[in-house]
Amino acid sequence: MTNNKLSFNYSSKRNITEFIFTFLSAFASIIVLMPLIFIIIYVIIKGGSELNLSLLTQLPEPPGDDLNNAGGVGNAIIGTFIVTLLAALISIPIGVGGGIYLAEYSLKGPFSKFIRFGANVLSGVPSIIAGVFIYGIIVSTRIILGSNFSAIAGGLALSILMIPTIIKTTDEGLKLVSNDLRKASIGIGASKFITIIRITLPAAFNSISTGIVLAIARASGETAPLIFTALFSFYWPSGNDMLLQPLATLSVLIYNFAMEPYEAQNQLAWGASFLLVTLILFINLLARWLSNKTMEK
Amino acid sequence: MPFNEEFVLRNRPRMEKIIDQSFQNLVLLMASMVAIILLGILTVIFLGSTESIARYGFKFLVQSEWNPVNDQYGAFTAIYGTLLTSLASLTLAIPLGVGTAIFITENFIHHKLRNIIGVMVELLAAIPSVVLGLWAVYIMEPFLRPSFLLIHKYLGWIPLFGSEPLGPGVAPAIIVLSIMILPIITSISRDSLNQVPKKLREASYGIGSTRWITIFRVILPAAISSITGGILLALGRAMGETMAVTMIIGNSNTFNFSIFSPGYTISAMLANQFGEADGNQVSSLMYAALVLMILTLTVNIFAQWMVKKLSLKY
Amino acid sequence: MKKQTLNTGLISNEIISLENVSISYSNVEAVRNIFCKIPRSKVTSFIGPSGCGKSTVLRAINRMNDLIETSSIKGRVIFEGIDIYDKKIDPVEIRRRIGMVFQQPNPFPKSIYENIAFGARINGYTGNMNDLVEYSLRKAAVWEECKDKLNESGYSLSGGQQQRLCIARTIAIKPEVILMDEPCSALDPISTLKIEETIHELKKSFTIIIVTHNMQQALRVSDYTAFYNAEPTSKDGGGKVGYLVEFNETEKVFNQPTQKATEDYISGKFG
Repeated sequence: MTNNKLSFNYSSKRNITEFIFTFLSAFASIIVLMPLIFIIIYVIIKGGSELNLSLLTQLPEPPGDDLNNAGGVGNAIIGTFIVTLLAALISIPIGVGGGIYLAEYSLKGPFSKFIRFGANVLSGVPSIIAGVFIYGIIVSTRIILGSNFSAIAGGLALSILMIPTIIKTTDEGLKLVSNDLRKASIGIGASKFITIIRITLPAAFNSISTGIVLAIARASGETAPLIFTALFSFYWPSGNDMLLQPLATLSVLIYNFAMEPYEAQNQLAWGASFLLVTLILFINLLARWLSNKTMEK
Repeated sequence: MPFNEEFVLRNRPRMEKIIDQSFQNLVLLMASMVAIILLGILTVIFLGSTESIARYGFKFLVQSEWNPVNDQYGAFTAIYGTLLTSLASLTLAIPLGVGTAIFITENFIHHKLRNIIGVMVELLAAIPSVVLGLWAVYIMEPFLRPSFLLIHKYLGWIPLFGSEPLGPGVAPAIIVLSIMILPIITSISRDSLNQVPKKLREASYGIGSTRWITIFRVILPAAISSITGGILLALGRAMGETMAVTMIIGNSNTFNFSIFSPGYTISAMLANQFGEADGNQVSSLMYAALVLMILTLTVNIFAQWMVKKLSLKY
Repeated sequence: MKKQTLNTGLISNEIISLENVSISYSNVEAVRNIFCKIPRSKVTSFIGPSGCGKSTVLRAINRMNDLIETSSIKGRVIFEGIDIYDKKIDPVEIRRRIGMVFQQPNPFPKSIYENIAFGARINGYTGNMNDLVEYSLRKAAVWEECKDKLNESGYSLSGGQQQRLCIARTIAIKPEVILMDEPCSALDPISTLKIEETIHELKKSFTIIIVTHNMQQALRVSDYTAFYNAEPTSKDGGGKVGYLVEFNETEKVFNQPTQKATEDYISGKFG
């Protein structure tokens, strides 16, 4: 009879409670996944249907000009690439350099503790504040060759968001590199500079580049730092002073056009969303591939 | 010995030493950029807001009139909105996020499926805020409005639900914010649950505990301080989140208790007005930005302290 | 407490001389008052129980201890008549003349060829690189195993081969002195034997200092032996600090030790 007592009793209070909690946690997971699924579905349905050649190649039409046609987002696609590239060019050297200092020159000690703490704090600063900051020192002062709203200001604002991420991943990536390699290099008379450039940095390359790619993915979708730094433009970026002029980006275009009372502009915002989400998911997949490559090593 | 005479750099040339030293100075400078930027942000915002601080003082924080026409500025509605939306979205997101984290760290379902859920949660974090805002305005809010109407119909006597939901407002903003912070809470909770030593779980099972008693009594308590750290990071993110909120909250500086009426947050106010503001309005917006900065800094520093406290424990 | 025999007259042609060297980590003394002269073109072994600071002294000779932020040194280390801890001295140059082989084989994540060529290049080698690679691998007795896969990763070799690759890498920069920090402790007996043969070959061209916990190895490979021991820092126990007990020709250290501690250690009574 003892056997009977040990068999699973579905109606016992204990097992019912267990089941309820399991059900609740599964339910929570489903609720969490719902928004993602619905966002992706709607972006594909409403945005994907906008996809055609003119979306990619034409300029956007100012709201109200033509009620049936809002043009395309060609300049915003290029603008997103330009401003993200600028941000990357500014933030990668600073971020990687800062991470090198933390991991290779000053592993412990109050200064590096402070910088690590500062990087964490900086990564928590709201992105809109980065925009306010760049507006305050660059746009309103016209400090860069007298231009106010410009691609460069936008790139600077985005780079502020990227720097802490890149510093942290560089720092952590380099810390994972075995000390034996450093000793080997120093032991045959390599200088610190050579050791870092030729040995430790290449050894940490995959994890650092994963972090950089993720930072780029995040920056390319940012809007708040751009709305009063790079502003927006209805024209193609052109001319020698291209980087000193206001610049259209996909994200700011979505924001501006989503809030317009014109159907055509709203639809263009969906089309731009489709492009932006595709771009960002693609960059994320790239990062995932890079980090898997690291694991294999 | 052969080869010996061919090592021309045996004695390092001056240039090599200079490169070595300059490189060190260069990366030191780059590391210092973090401090310089932080200090720069605080300085710019503080200097920008001094005029408004001098003019309105602490009244700025408790008055809700925001009127560029007669130059009266008070940010109470936006500050209240920032605190309300972030705390309310946190309340929604904590059980969902932690619940999901438990579901994908325990072995309820096949580990491949769990990984897929984990990846999907991370993808949710990658969706740009502005796309989420677009979706919220055109899809989510119209979809939820009937349920908001029901709540208003039956619970309308509570001031919180006192106004009729007519479109953009605080309530949909709270929902959007909770969607945005779910990935942070879920992934940090998942990481901290995974870090709980296996032997704790075995010890609990070994004395006959059920799975959920083990989760509630052993695993969650062991992971609680880093989960709390993650929750605080999410709170900081929610306070500063801008685009989706700006698009859905209705952007009104008129104070109203009801979450179905339009409201404001500091970041939404900055996004909306900063580009076109001048004079006292800029200074007042800077003052509001200073308040936001202080709020997020406090929350973030506290979160870091929590996380650090945990890492000492194991 | 001065139990050591200095034998200052023993070595007439020294390449390195330690003069009253004491080394501390975070203000805790690890070894104290070391006097020792390292003979030129000979193999000198450092032996002693674990924690006696023999590796610490070895790392002080090419300033590898600089990498440990908390370490500090007192006394003088004289290399070819120069105090290497003098403020004017560039530690990188020291390490180009005093190379080091470590306890764990640590090839670079590069090809076998590049592992050798890297060090030579940073030392400004201008000659024929292929010749140098072959010469170094032959000297380290690993040429036969490597010659057909020079472009494969250094990690494709076995542990013993990796260690000989690391020795070859050190040979390739043509140092005057090679320091070896327990180079065989991570290896199997056959690889160990091969490395010992390599050391015999190398002492024709280099001064070698080898730290080993294996007394038989010291006996087999070295001409001179320094025996280190650790003693309590104070009477009531607590920490331990290393010191040099005895330094002499290897044969004399093993056959006619002058110190009781050496005799006990050699005969296996402790350590």
